Amino acid sequence: MSEFVNFYLFPALTIGSIYALGAVGISMIFGILRFAHFAHGDLMTLGTYGILAAAALLPVNPLLLVPFAMALTIFAALFVDRFFYRPLRDLPTIYTVISSFGIALVFRSIVQLIWGSENQVLVAGVRPPLVLFDTFRVSILHLQAILTTAVIAVLLHYFLTATRTGRSMRAVADDPELAEVSGLDTAKVVRWTWIIGAALAAIAGAFAALNTSAHPNLGWNLLLPMFAAAILGGIGKPMGAMAGGFIIGMAEELSSYHWIGDGALISPSYKTAVAFVIMIGLLIFRPQGLFKGRLL
Amino acid sequence: MTERLCVTGLTAGYGGPPIIEDIALAVEPGEIAVVLGPNGAGKSTLLKTIFALTTVSAGSILLGERELTGSRTSALVPLGVSAVPQSKNVFPSMTVDENLDVGTYAAPPADKAATRERVLSLFPDLKEKLRQPAGELSGGQRQMVAMGRALMSDPKLVLLDEPTAGLSPAYLEKIFDLLLDIRKTGITILMVEQNARQALQIADHGHILVNGRNHASGTGKELLEDEDVRRLFLGGAAG
Repeated sequence: MSEFVNFYLFPALTIGSIYALGAVGISMIFGILRFAHFAHGDLMTLGTYGILAAAALLPVNPLLLVPFAMALTIFAALFVDRFFYRPLRDLPTIYTVISSFGIALVFRSIVQLIWGSENQVLVAGVRPPLVLFDTFRVSILHLQAILTTAVIAVLLHYFLTATRTGRSMRAVADDPELAEVSGLDTAKVVRWTWIIGAALAAIAGAFAALNTSAHPNLGWNLLLPMFAAAILGGIGKPMGAMAGGFIIGMAEELSSYHWIGDGALISPSYKTAVAFVIMIGLLIFRPQGLFKGRLL
Repeated sequence: MTERLCVTGLTAGYGGPPIIEDIALAVEPGEIAVVLGPNGAGKSTLLKTIFALTTVSAGSILLGERELTGSRTSALVPLGVSAVPQSKNVFPSMTVDENLDVGTYAAPPADKAATRERVLSLFPDLKEKLRQPAGELSGGQRQMVAMGRALMSDPKLVLLDEPTAGLSPAYLEKIFDLLLDIRKTGITILMVEQNARQALQIADHGHILVNGRNHASGTGKELLEDEDVRRLFLGGAAG
């Protein structure tokens, strides 16, 4: 029991949190701007290196530097939207999708150019785990990631259901033409989509790097499971993406638990394939996702 | 509160050849005007043009003294113009209450609670459905939600594109009764309708378009009694 909790459940919830935070942005951008944002993983990476840059000036706990990373990713997202995506808005979405591939390469290259391509750690050394009930040994980082994501989920739900901007975002995701006919400020909705998506990407990037290490491919490597999470939750359903993130994260991590016999159910080296299999299964059998999102 | 809508010499389309040409019509404050015509006559295009969803190549649309051509669609609600599209006229994943609330965002009414109360008194059926997603409602109930949303901004003019399309006879009657109730509140209504006879019975004025041009116009009563109109649009029988 304690082995399952210590080595599988909490790490799985942590990975799930990272996927959830990244998937929210992907799902919102897909729902409101109607395109698959392939640069979202690299936006996460940019946030991670933003923390590294800030840490060089201000040597404090990296999590305290997350607001700096958020500011950086928000600026980067609004900048690329204004100068790269917006001019393509009236063209078929495939132009924007391909453009986002280009932006992904640009972000990654900037990171490599400035910080190099080797792995870097945000916090050196080993931090002792928290011991709960004399049995469970939980990494503080894991707890921080899970609790932060839970708080964000509550705040995001409140924002989307109880505020004017949040409801406008849901309205545009539901039907952009009717939203325009209703007089909604779609430019403001688009701006908030990037702000929220980019801010959450920075937080996800911080936890992903703290969980392993920072490297230029950090976000790109997480893109597939995050897309799987967004599709699982239903495209355009941010709360669905949150749930999808946790499900994909849990499925990946718990697939290597020894459920039957002594060996891992699936070899840990095939862990990432789990998200891929779930995504293919969903696209075939339930393309609208669990929360009845937009059909791809 | 309400203002006269005056359309003159309006020619518009979707970028290619014009769909409507040299259209002229006027809707007096607080009246119901209906636009009739065969399929493809340009009725819906006329409404979309007033709502800045097409490309205007000539003419003017005046609401009171204000010129509407050249305005952006999203800027029309604050000017007092609301529109209810024919289909896809609710936000399906949002509750009825949220759909109504969205109607206040572009032009917040002076007293939101009072406006909401007034709208719900027009559509009492919606009171029990406020927490239900609009996408789960029947066609008639959706139409009411859509009309309710349009009324939440306290508009001067409401444009309705075939409000009874696809509705059961019971709802059809209900919607026409509702339009009369809305008129009593002083709101001007311009609508496109397929149910010509019922529409003319409640309308103050009717305008008939054929091939994108004005064909005939008159009071509802005049058009109901017009031989030509009866033969073409009312199945030939006397009204």
